[in-house]
Amino acid sequence: MTTYDHNDDTQTTTDSTAAAISGEAVTMPMQLAPPSAGIDSAERQGNAVEPESLPKVFNLEELQVYYGSHHAVRDVSMAVCANQITAFIGPSGCGKTTVLRCFNRMNDLIAGARVEGLLAYHGVDLYSAEVNPVEVRRRIGMVFQKPNPFPKSIYENVAYGPRIAGIKKKSELDDIVERSLVQAALWEEVKNRLKASALGMSGGQQQRLCIARAVAVSPEVILMDEPCSALDPIATSRIEDLMLELKSEFTIVIVTHNMQQAARVSDVTAFYSTEVNPDGDLRTGLLVEMAPTVDIFSNPSDELTEQYISGRFG
Amino acid sequence: MSATIPARSTQTGPDMQEALRGGTLSGGRKAKNHVASGLMVLAFLAAAIPLVVMGASVVSQGYRAVLSGSWWTQPIPETGRSDLANNQNLSDLGFGTPSDAGASSSVVLGMAPAIVGTLLTVLGAAALAIPLGIMGAVYLHEYGKNNWLAKFIRFMADVMTGVPSVVMGVFIYTIWVLPRGVDGKSAWAAALALACLMLPIVVRSTEEMLRLVPDNLREASAALGTHTWKTTVKVVLPAAIAGITSGSLLAVARAAGETAPVVFVIGFVTTVNASFSGANTTLSAQIYGQQQAGGVLAQDLAWGAALTLVIIVLALTLIARRISRRFELS
Repeated sequence: MTTYDHNDDTQTTTDSTAAAISGEAVTMPMQLAPPSAGIDSAERQGNAVEPESLPKVFNLEELQVYYGSHHAVRDVSMAVCANQITAFIGPSGCGKTTVLRCFNRMNDLIAGARVEGLLAYHGVDLYSAEVNPVEVRRRIGMVFQKPNPFPKSIYENVAYGPRIAGIKKKSELDDIVERSLVQAALWEEVKNRLKASALGMSGGQQQRLCIARAVAVSPEVILMDEPCSALDPIATSRIEDLMLELKSEFTIVIVTHNMQQAARVSDVTAFYSTEVNPDGDLRTGLLVEMAPTVDIFSNPSDELTEQYISGRFG
Repeated sequence: MSATIPARSTQTGPDMQEALRGGTLSGGRKAKNHVASGLMVLAFLAAAIPLVVMGASVVSQGYRAVLSGSWWTQPIPETGRSDLANNQNLSDLGFGTPSDAGASSSVVLGMAPAIVGTLLTVLGAAALAIPLGIMGAVYLHEYGKNNWLAKFIRFMADVMTGVPSVVMGVFIYTIWVLPRGVDGKSAWAAALALACLMLPIVVRSTEEMLRLVPDNLREASAALGTHTWKTTVKVVLPAAIAGITSGSLLAVARAAGETAPVVFVIGFVTTVNASFSGANTTLSAQIYGQQQAGGVLAQDLAWGAALTLVIIVLALTLIARRISRRFELS
């Protein structure tokens, strides 16, 4: 171990740190807004005790997204449940990525983007005035289409989020970095070169590093925007395995162009499509159908879905 | 014209060899190619001649002064106008006679005050303009983007880049030197004038460098729950730092060579004044002043100062290029 010193007694601290951080993650959603804000939090707990239905993490009602005057997505209503992988599929331009980027308010960074309707996270409207987008993004992480590691070392990439969150102690950071890289199935490959630049890794490794970086801040939800579209089939399959492992700890929403990928990894699939506006060539996306993945692929209830998954359009 | 596109199937073996060598091109096309190449070489030479002649004359006229051991450490010998009040020295220095060639050999050549003054004013200007310029650029690119204030600042920076440097000198003379009377002329006043000159350059070059930082790094940082200012400090500025440094050093190099704003506000000394207050002098002011003074000694001093300035600016430019090369590799 040349670049990263850890000794035998780190194991106990790893456990306690993990507990502290997951404990923090459980209580954090409550601090998102004052108790008076948003929707009744008792409803959420009511959901949690129902044995047959998983707790709802997101609840969308009639969500509308505009880019300037362009109505990009209309009337999306859905629920995303905890510890499930929810896949968004559909042809290009149907608004899947746009909706995904609403979940952690990344669309705020795009000038002219505007959201209407309800997007509730544990009953709190994410777009209400008193919600701070920075706090939202601490709880809802994101992995992007193109691997985008910082031009820093592998270690610094993973430690970036925890450092921003205020963790300064070297031993604590070391533990988080190791645990996150292990979770991202990257530890064995990089443990001897943590100080090397992240830009020297392969595309698949970079994307797993980005997953490790997202996992390091212990979010509750991880949004993935076509995470495998820039990767070869072997790297893709590693990421898919990884998603299935992360599912027990995180809620995952993934946008994918690859229907087989949705069929392989997701529990629930939402199919989006587009409609051409009569007064111009800009298209509006809409949610056609959302159902358990087995049903979508074996027995879609909508004609459009059936055509798309059988390859007749899109 | 014989240069038709040959049918593909006819070219095999030696024919193909000939074709790939360009043997089937018409003489006219080859000739045009040679003429165009020749014209471009000529254009390059025409552009390079003034540069070479100027460099050669500065080096040949200035090297004796610069290489004399006293140049970098000794005060400036009195010449021309500066010692009109002390006329006796004139004959000692060999002024006023047509055969005063070689007179400078009897005098200790020195330029230390101007070298110190140049470093002082340029460092002062850099300390004022670079932090302010970088913060301004961060506002423009990371916060203001295209709002009216950012557009206004960008426009004003462009206008300021185009303002003749002498105007900056007059401006500082009016608002800083005049109210302070005789004490007003100082290295600090010159630093202020140069800072005014550097500021728009630093703002615009830094903004260009920030533009080169890919947005997906900002998104990655934001997605981890990071405030914009922290993203800027931890991700954006480190990614752009090499480019910002080289842009700022080029602004410094440009300021080091400015004469007009400096001679207005810096006064005149012949001994080292290593402080921001009180009259001072710079290399560019010496080039101008000594050339005005006349006489062989003054000419030697002016050429020596010119070569010294070229050396300092060249050193700054080389450092800037070294840093920007590292930037390109990463």
